[in-house]
Amino acid sequence: MTAIIAVLGPILMGTLFGFLLQRGRVTSCNVIEDQFRLRDFTVLKVMGTAIIVGGLGVLLLIDTGGTKYYVKDANMLGVALGAALFGIGMVVYGYCPGTALGAIATGSVHALVGALGMIVGAILYALSFDWVKSHVLNAWALGKVRLPDVTGIPDMAWFAILAVGAAAFFWRVETSEAKKA
Amino acid sequence: MTAYAETLARQAPRVRRVNWSPYLVGAGIGVLSWVAFAVFGDPLGVTTAYSRIASIFAVPVIGADAVAANSYWKSMPLKWDYGVWFLVGIPLGAFMSAVTSGTWRIELVPEVWKERFGPSVVKRFAAAFLGGIVIMYGARLAGGCTSGHGISGGLQLAVSSWVFLGVMFATGLAVSAVLFRKS
Repeated sequence: MTAIIAVLGPILMGTLFGFLLQRGRVTSCNVIEDQFRLRDFTVLKVMGTAIIVGGLGVLLLIDTGGTKYYVKDANMLGVALGAALFGIGMVVYGYCPGTALGAIATGSVHALVGALGMIVGAILYALSFDWVKSHVLNAWALGKVRLPDVTGIPDMAWFAILAVGAAAFFWRVETSEAKKA
Repeated sequence: MTAYAETLARQAPRVRRVNWSPYLVGAGIGVLSWVAFAVFGDPLGVTTAYSRIASIFAVPVIGADAVAANSYWKSMPLKWDYGVWFLVGIPLGAFMSAVTSGTWRIELVPEVWKERFGPSVVKRFAAAFLGGIVIMYGARLAGGCTSGHGISGGLQLAVSSWVFLGVMFATGLAVSAVLFRKS
């Protein structure tokens, strides 16, 4: 890859991602807060569809040698504690890190203030990393495992379960939203 | 209040027109994931690159030597790679979408927040700042965020990512129930 494509390629990918996030309304703090209040299911609709559509394509790509897995380490204690902090932060801030960067560009000044907080959070993590590494990250470390590995249920069955579950859930949500409207 | 409701009602058909179906947007992000995996060998993610960039801001705070000696930034040094340029693209795309759909506006205190906690800008800014600290510390501890874990890891059926999704949503629901409880 030439140097220009190595820069323009990711910028274009990010631009499409940011465009989709804004058109999908998830760069709105109100939409994210209302997801956690169970008043608006936009966030789950976007994420669920992205996981199923993305996963089926990536699975096919892997089967045909088009890519490989990039699975993150299952340091269970770190993941669980981190996810809990993330959930707290997402409700108080009203964004996740990606949607926050989009929101700043749509005029949300408070998203920019929170992004400065995120920089402080990243610095605090780097400063505490040695302690975290030796006390938290090595606890319940399972390595780069996937659900099919630990359950014995094959990939396609997982996606079938996810797709049917999501379709049933979203159908219920759509029906109740149509009733309210 | 009535005036606000009337404005909403007037804008509703327009908002519906400019916003895309969340399923269409989700499918679009899914397809973007195929490209990220197959062409770039780099799944969609935000916070790893964010951490790299944060090291620039750490220099005036803790000094260049301390940043250089820090074991975390040694494993994740500042470099202008795929992830960092991807981050530059996100606000570009969101800006283009907001301007072309006529939804760009200055927002100091979002509606949902205002209804619950009042119009104080200082209060909202303080909460956003503190929330930002907590969310990024959590993202680094977990090894990813809603993009890297939630979407990219979720679609690979990674155990770590589904634990992340489950714990994150459960905590968010609980915190939201306490924070937005009807007093």
